[in-house]
Amino acid sequence: MMEKMIIGRYVPADSLIHRLDPRSKLIIIFLFVCIIFLANNFFTYILIGIYTILMLGLSRIPVRFLYAGLKPVLWLVLFTLLLQVFFTKEGSLLYELGPIKIYEEGVRQGIFISMRFFFLILMTSLLTLTTTPIEITDGLETLLHPLKKVRFPVHEMALMMSISLRFIPTLMQETDKIMKAQIARGVEFSSGPIKERIKAVIPLLIPLFVSSFKRAEELAIAMEARGYRGGEGRTKYRLLSWKLADTLQLLILVVLTILLILLRS
Amino acid sequence: MDISLQNIEYRYQANTPFERLAIKDVSINIPTGTYMALIGHTGSGKSTVLQHLNALLLPTEGSVIIGSQEIKAKQKNKNLRMIRQKVGIVFQFPEHQLFEETVEKDIIFGPMNFGVSENEAKERARLALKQVGLAEEILEKSPFDLSGGQMRRVAIAGVLAMEPDCLVLDEPTAGLDPRGRKEIMDMFYSLHKKRNLSTILVTHSMEDAARYADQIVIMQQGHVVKQGTPVEIFSSVTELVEMGLDVPEVVRFQRMLEEKLGLKLERTYLSIEELSAAVAELLRGAPV
Repeated sequence: MMEKMIIGRYVPADSLIHRLDPRSKLIIIFLFVCIIFLANNFFTYILIGIYTILMLGLSRIPVRFLYAGLKPVLWLVLFTLLLQVFFTKEGSLLYELGPIKIYEEGVRQGIFISMRFFFLILMTSLLTLTTTPIEITDGLETLLHPLKKVRFPVHEMALMMSISLRFIPTLMQETDKIMKAQIARGVEFSSGPIKERIKAVIPLLIPLFVSSFKRAEELAIAMEARGYRGGEGRTKYRLLSWKLADTLQLLILVVLTILLILLRS
Repeated sequence: MDISLQNIEYRYQANTPFERLAIKDVSINIPTGTYMALIGHTGSGKSTVLQHLNALLLPTEGSVIIGSQEIKAKQKNKNLRMIRQKVGIVFQFPEHQLFEETVEKDIIFGPMNFGVSENEAKERARLALKQVGLAEEILEKSPFDLSGGQMRRVAIAGVLAMEPDCLVLDEPTAGLDPRGRKEIMDMFYSLHKKRNLSTILVTHSMEDAARYADQIVIMQQGHVVKQGTPVEIFSSVTELVEMGLDVPEVVRFQRMLEEKLGLKLERTYLSIEELSAAVAELLRGAPV
């Protein structure tokens, strides 16, 4: 049922992007999210587009799979586009039909904002598609380590994150299972009037909540039974290693940033 | 209601990097009134087959015939609801599907979804509760206040109240104590006889398969590897052991006895009573 969802999912492969250090990937994505706002004209968007496509190509994720997984998100992108096109009232009037007026600035804004949105989604999915949840949390924990000085609970945060990421597939499985059990009892999740479909969520959500609470309690007990006492003095099994490729990737991003600043209007 | 699976194949997540072939070329016939046990290791494709019986999964190849309806691969299939009304599934750990405020509301949930009137559904709830061996007093309780075993029984009652023609059971007694296990299995069996149901039981327990089923299907790595009556299946002990499967205790005892005494009994016996009668017969005839 949710087989096609790719958000938050890891696709194992041995590509250049997969082999990067999670820290560099996190930094790259974070910077990318910032510098994408530098783009404000045709050339800068093309530049961002080329960069995104290049990164996707390097990751060796099948395009067909990406497309199938992002299809639901494309509707959101389309919605953003239409919203901008219909409600921006700047620039010269392009088209008029009764109360509907489309302005030049609206079309421009619409295309740019939806492109920005689309590239953001692609790049952020790239992070989760090529990095295991454990790598992501390890990377975050090391990156945020300096914050410990100001008493920010870095380890606890990382633990919380890895636990929630760890249980996403479990929760998905559970959802699928309960959904099937309720379908077998005559619930219609995917057809029928909208009111009925909303009501159909209750037999799904309540069992999910119940089992999640139970699972959380069991997990806490299991952790205590194995002597968990927080992150103080804890060593790591997987060690992160920063390689030349990571530095190069960061450099490419710096170059991209400089180009964007030069080309933006 | 006859059910027939014809050369079905199912791939999980077809056309993605996660594609996985779960079952291939599976053909099983289940005429009305059959009690069939489906046996195999974890990951052998039992659960996948089971979900085809209720159109929860649609085959990626082949066809499934349920009563008068045929579900073919790669076709738009309508009216799956009709099928779901006729085929009731008791999933593994069915207590996870409870959600209503009271036991009664939960049991009538299924029947009312299929258009049964509230009064009749409540009538059925009472009957179903009695069948699973629970007292009527708990009808007004919250299902979440019950013990694990009671929750299991309520969930089963919820499926029985739909009054299906075919009952599909996915290890319905996993995690129950031995007594509860036997009670529930006996209840299913008597219901099977009384209403002339078709029953499909997915199980790890060879004892249950030997005791209740009249047909056994063994699956391995997505294929049906053996199919026959319990006597036929359990007659070839070595083959089963090679597949890494268990043999009922009674059969194991008989084989050991035969080896020790260097003889062969007339046939394979599946219950203690039958075997002890045969052994008694043997001893009586044997010179002391």
